[in-house]
Amino acid sequence: MTFRALTLALALCCASATSADTPSILVQSTTSTANSGLYDNLLPRFTEATGIAVNVVAVGTGQAIRNAQNCDADVLLVHAKSAEEAFVAAGYGVSRQDLMYNDFVIVGPADDPAGVAGLTDAGAALSRIAEAEALFASRGDDSGTHKKERALWEGTGADPDAASGDWYRETGSGMGATLNAAVGMGAYTLTDRATWLSFGNKGDVAVLVEHDPALFNQYGVILVSPDRCPDVKEEDGMAFIDWLTGRDGQSAIAEFTIDGTQVFFPNAPE
Amino acid sequence: MNDMAEALRIAVTLVLSGDGDLWEIVLLSLRVSLSATALACLIGMPLGALLATQRFAGRGAAIVCINALMGLPPVVVGLMVYLALSRSGPLGTFGLLYTPAAMIIAQTILIAPIVAALSRQVLEALHLEYDEQFRSLGLGRVAAIRALLWDGRFALMTVGLAGFGRAIAEVGAVIVVGGNIDHLTRVMTTAIALETSKGDLALALALGLVLMVLALVVNAAVHGVRNSEGQLAHA
Repeated sequence: MTFRALTLALALCCASATSADTPSILVQSTTSTANSGLYDNLLPRFTEATGIAVNVVAVGTGQAIRNAQNCDADVLLVHAKSAEEAFVAAGYGVSRQDLMYNDFVIVGPADDPAGVAGLTDAGAALSRIAEAEALFASRGDDSGTHKKERALWEGTGADPDAASGDWYRETGSGMGATLNAAVGMGAYTLTDRATWLSFGNKGDVAVLVEHDPALFNQYGVILVSPDRCPDVKEEDGMAFIDWLTGRDGQSAIAEFTIDGTQVFFPNAPE
Repeated sequence: MNDMAEALRIAVTLVLSGDGDLWEIVLLSLRVSLSATALACLIGMPLGALLATQRFAGRGAAIVCINALMGLPPVVVGLMVYLALSRSGPLGTFGLLYTPAAMIIAQTILIAPIVAALSRQVLEALHLEYDEQFRSLGLGRVAAIRALLWDGRFALMTVGLAGFGRAIAEVGAVIVVGGNIDHLTRVMTTAIALETSKGDLALALALGLVLMVLALVVNAAVHGVRNSEGQLAHA
């Protein structure tokens, strides 16, 4: 009896291990675009227009880039311009294109122990947080958001690493997990606006600092180099990039809203 | 604790509404973890039987190693399988990364040591009991192992369930090698991780409740099989 059941289970797993024959591409992307629901909105339209299914792996930008370097992607869609340019320069990807932007915000507890509410200078806000030694939750995971946060700290002259584990808390996890931690311990943190707006567990944390030009957040899209990775589906991947940066994709991005608020602003070059 | 009540409400609504996405995720979870359990039993039980019945140099070390491997961290297994199946890895040409097959492989590696170690324990006790009888019957090695596996089948079912429990509950390995891709590799645990990261704690908890019910159903089914067979045997 046991062996018959085993054989049956084996047959079951082998029969369906490979997926159907519809063309599909693999996109390594960031959690912010996936968690906000943008892909749920965009991808069905693209698939309807082209018949190409899109499989998205949503991880931090650092991990997405590393996965793409291992050839485990056809297209890379992330938000860390300098890291993306380095990726292309090293020959891992071909031609990076701007796709869209949004912005980061600093969120924090409503009682605002560091007194940063209403500031429009992110660097000044971080300085005050460091002076007050108020809790700050950092992604600490080499993601696009983490890179931005590190760049902002560099401008302040404060050294958060010295306070790591004290008031500076590196969660080493994704945006959602870091927001959950920030809400749980009443900490400040840096988040992209799309993730924040769609986040369901805000507690008494609110947006305190926004509209600093330094908080600009550019997303780019790159085809993984077919020379370097012969398995890359060049044609289908390029079709996706062309669609995203073309009229249909750009207007679909602009139409996407969370509770009536537009969160991604298309800016692909004409 | 509003989330608790809300989670329960969502869980009941999800299950009753026959939500298509939920069923897809539930079925994939079952397919992956049951396949991995089956493979782990095929590998682990004979291995456990060998360790239980044979005496050879290095046997003690082998038993310690297999026992230690029960503590394999899922995320480490995930990482190793990722590196092996990655396009730039040694098995990259098969294109298995980010497929259910990759998830089955990772979970098999994760739970085969559990099945082997527990089988060894169960069968060793049984072997002590039967050894003399086997000898008087003049049974060969293979026949003796087959007899042991058959007579120990009820205890081995529990061993299989322990492996299944570990497989269906783990998230670290499947999220790395499966990628949590919607409609392709999303299973219950990765969906729970996703909803938690979206801050939708009630929905995450609701999925957790559904997962627990699922484990309950599988355990009850095995229990049912065991009871009906047990009754037949004693009839």
